Amino acid sequence: MKALHKLIEERVKPNFTGDGKLKRFWVVFDALETFLFTPGHTTSKGVHVRDGIDLKRTMFLVIVAMVPALLFGTWNIGHQYYLSLGDVTTADPWSMMFLDKVIVGAIKVVPLIVVSYATGLGIEFIIAGMNGHAINEGFLVSGMLIPLIMPVDVPLWMVAAATAFAVLIAKEVFGGTGMNILNVALTARAFLFFAYPKQMSGEIWIHDVMASKAGGVLADGYTGATALGHLANTVGQPVSGEVSTGVMSMFGEGGMFSLMNCFIGSIPGSVAETSALAALIGAAILIWTGIGSWRIISSFIVGGLVMGVIFNALALNAYMTIGPVHQIVMGGFMFGAVFMATDPVSAAQTNTGKWVYGFLGGLFSIMIRVFNPAYPEGVMMAILFMNVMAPTIDHYVVEANIRRREKRLTAAVA
Amino acid sequence: MPCCLGIHLSLEGTLSSTFAAQIQHVKRDMPASVKIRKGLDVRLKGAVQGAPHTLPAADRFSIHPTDFHGLVPRMAVKAGAEVKAGEVLFTDKKNPDIKFVSGIAGTVQEPVRGEKRRILRVDVMGKGTESVTRDALNPASADGTAVRSAMLEGGFWPMLRQRPFDVMPAADSTPRDIFVSGFDSTPLAPTASMVLEGRMEAFRAGLTFLNSLLADGRKVQLGVQQGDNTFSGVTEADLTAFSGPHPAGNVGVQIHEVRPINKGEVVWTMGMQDVANIGEGLTSGAYVGQRRVALTGARSQPALLQTSIGTTMANIIQDRVLLEGTRVISGNVLTGTTRGEDGALGYHDQQVTCIPEGDEPQFFITKGWLGPGFDKFSASRAFPTWLMPKGKEYDLNTNNNGEERAFVVSGQYDAVFPFDIYPVQLLKSILVGDIDRMEKLGIYEVAPEDFALCEYVCTSKMAVQDMVRKGLDQMIEEFA
Repeated sequence: MKALHKLIEERVKPNFTGDGKLKRFWVVFDALETFLFTPGHTTSKGVHVRDGIDLKRTMFLVIVAMVPALLFGTWNIGHQYYLSLGDVTTADPWSMMFLDKVIVGAIKVVPLIVVSYATGLGIEFIIAGMNGHAINEGFLVSGMLIPLIMPVDVPLWMVAAATAFAVLIAKEVFGGTGMNILNVALTARAFLFFAYPKQMSGEIWIHDVMASKAGGVLADGYTGATALGHLANTVGQPVSGEVSTGVMSMFGEGGMFSLMNCFIGSIPGSVAETSALAALIGAAILIWTGIGSWRIISSFIVGGLVMGVIFNALALNAYMTIGPVHQIVMGGFMFGAVFMATDPVSAAQTNTGKWVYGFLGGLFSIMIRVFNPAYPEGVMMAILFMNVMAPTIDHYVVEANIRRREKRLTAAVA
Repeated sequence: MPCCLGIHLSLEGTLSSTFAAQIQHVKRDMPASVKIRKGLDVRLKGAVQGAPHTLPAADRFSIHPTDFHGLVPRMAVKAGAEVKAGEVLFTDKKNPDIKFVSGIAGTVQEPVRGEKRRILRVDVMGKGTESVTRDALNPASADGTAVRSAMLEGGFWPMLRQRPFDVMPAADSTPRDIFVSGFDSTPLAPTASMVLEGRMEAFRAGLTFLNSLLADGRKVQLGVQQGDNTFSGVTEADLTAFSGPHPAGNVGVQIHEVRPINKGEVVWTMGMQDVANIGEGLTSGAYVGQRRVALTGARSQPALLQTSIGTTMANIIQDRVLLEGTRVISGNVLTGTTRGEDGALGYHDQQVTCIPEGDEPQFFITKGWLGPGFDKFSASRAFPTWLMPKGKEYDLNTNNNGEERAFVVSGQYDAVFPFDIYPVQLLKSILVGDIDRMEKLGIYEVAPEDFALCEYVCTSKMAVQDMVRKGLDQMIEEFA
C-alpha cells in the first residue's frame, strides 16, 4: 500500500495543491485521501499516544448497527408488495418468493440511499470547499438514516429536497457536524411531513399499492395503512364500537398486527422502521461497542412502557387498551430509540441528563401518537422536541453540580 | 499495575473526611480506603522490573525553567562562573525568595535561549564534589519558619507544586493541606517500593518537615495504593488507600476524594521522591536531589536507574534505547514532554518512556479506521482489544489515529474522569473564556494531567490538556 500512497502523493496530490488545475477541489481530494489513508500525523502536545478510535470508525460502526434493519426492511418491502397482490400470505412469510421480495425491496431501497448520499455529500463537499473545512463524517450516518425512515413509495425528488433541507438548515447553518441542535435525519422526515402532508399520509407505505388499487389487482380487504394509521381511526370512537372492534381484531392473536408480527416487523411502514427485532440487534451492537448510549436506549424504552401502562389504566379509547409492549414494538418507536434518540450531538450530554432525556422521549412518543391521530408517528415529534429540550435538561444537571460545590464551600468557610 | 480488589474495607466511595478520620482513629493500621471506578489503564509494553542500577555521576546538570509553568528565571550567576553543588543558579523573577540551585559543582554555561531570549535551559558543566552546607535541622524539633526558609534557601522549594492552577507555590503561600501521592498509576510508571527502597527514613523525616508547615496540627495526606506495604508504619501522615485504574494515583484525584479544594484554598503537592530528598537534605544541611528513574517503553531495554535531578537524557539513554524512529519522552506517555538527547530529565519526572513514532500513513482496510485493529488499544469496544486477555500489553506509537473534529461523542470523558466535575462543560467554559463559569464548574481542583485520559480517549482528537492549561492561565491572570 506504500506504492499506492506514493502514487497519490506524487502524481495525484499536486493537481490539488498550489497552482494545480484542480485546487478548488482540494477538500474533495483531502476527504478521499484521508478516507483511504489515516494520515501519518503524530501527537504534538499533550498525550503522546491516542486511542485507536476516530470519528470514521465510530460512524462506520453505527452504520454496521443499522445493517440488520436495512436488510430486514429490504425484504419486508417485497413481502408487503406481494402480500398486497395476494401472491403470498402472512401465514408463511419466509419460505415463499424470498429472492423476489429482496429484489423488489432493493429496487426501492438502493435509489433512496443513492439519492440521499448524493444530495447530502454533495452539499457537504460544496460547503466544506467554501469554508475551507475538512469534510466531517457525520453525514455518513445521517445519509443512511434518511432513506431508512422514508415511506416506501416516496418520490425520489422529495428525498433529495428533504435531505438538502436537513443538511443545510438543521446542520450547516449551525456550523456543521457536532454543532446541530436537531437530529439531521429526523429533520428531513419532519420537513416532508409538514411540507407535503398530503403525499406523506396517502398510500405510500407499500410499493405500488396505488397502482395496484387502480388496476384492481389489490388483494381483498387490503388497505395499505400502517398499524398506527389503523389505530388512529379508533380515537374518538367508543371502545366497544364497531370501528374499534374492527381495528382491534387486527392486533389480536393471528391478526395482521399481532404482537409477534409487530416485533418481527413483517408489517407495512417506513423502509426499515418496522422491525423491533432488527432495531434491538442494532442496539446490542451500539451498546456493546460503547458507541450508543445504553442510558438513552433503556430509559427511552422504559418511558414508552410507562406511558403504555398509564394508557392501559385509563383505557378511554381502543388505542389506549393496546398493551405497553405492543405499543413500543409498533411504528418507529424502537428504531427511533436506538438510532435517533442516541445521536450524541442532539441528545443530552450528561449521564443524568440522558436518563431524563430518554425517559421523556419514550413517554412523549407514545403520548403523542395516541393523543394526536394527526401525527400517526409520535416518535419523530417526541425526539425532535427532546432535542430542543436537551440543553435545558443538561443545564439543570450541571446547575445541581454547581450547587453541590457551592454548598461545600459554605461548609468549609463556616 | 496490580489492583487489589480483594482486601477492601466496606467504606468505599465517597467518604466524608471526618468520618474517615474517625475510622483511622479506631483502626490505626487500616487506612480509609477509596475505590476509584472511572479511569483507564493504558497497557504498554516495556515495563521496568528489578533492582536499581546506579548511573555514573553526570558531568552536566541542567534545568529547563519550562518545567515550572509560568516561571521567569532571573540568573543569579553569570556564564563562566564556578558554582558549588547547592549554590544558587537563578531565582524566580516574581518570587525572588525562591532559589534554584545547582546539583553539581562546575562551570555555569551560557543559557540556551529561545524566542524573545526566553531561557530554555540552564547548564552547569563539571565533575566537582564541593558543596554548600547550610544549617542542619532536626526533624523532631524544627519549626515551620525554619523549615520554610531552609527549603527556599536550599533549593527545595521548586519541588513543591500548588493547586489551584498547577504552578509552583509562592514563597509566602500557606497551604490548607499538603498531599503526597504514594503511587504512580500512569502507564509504565515505577512502583513506590522501587523509587523509595532504602529511603524510608528520609521520606518520614521529609513528612515531619512538611507537617511543620501545616496549621492546626494537621498532617500531610498520603495516598497509598491498596495492598502496597511500602508505607506500613508511616505515622507522620494521614493515609488513605486507593484502588482502581489510573488516575487513582494522580494527586488531584486523591485530593478530590479526601478533601476537595474550594475557592480560596491552597493545597500543596509533592512527589514522593522529593519528600525523601527534603528529609535527607534538611537533616544534613546539604542539597539532595536524588532521582530513581524508570527507563521504559517498547523501544528501550527497561531499567531502573539511580541518578539525580538535572541529569541529561543522554545519560539515561546511553545504549539502552533504539533511537531510530523513536520518541523519547521525559515522563509518561500521557503527560510527559518530548526531550532530545541533549535535553535534561524533567524536573519532576521519575520516568523516561521510549515509544515508536507513528508517522506512517495507515491504509484504511489494513491498518486504518476500517482495519481489524488487533494492535490498537481502545477504551471503547470498537476494536477487538476487548477480546484480548486482560494482561496483553500493546506497542502503541505516536500516531494521532485520526483527525481533529468537533465534539461529537458524549460521555466519553466522563467515563475516565473520576471527579465530581463535568469535564466537557468545564472545557467549553474555558473555550469561551468565561471565568465565572470555570470557577463554578470546579477549575480550582484540576490540573492538565487530570484530563490526560480524556485527551487519550477523545474520538475527536482534541488537545484537552492544552485547553485546561489555557483555562488555568486565564484564571491566574484574573487573580494577578
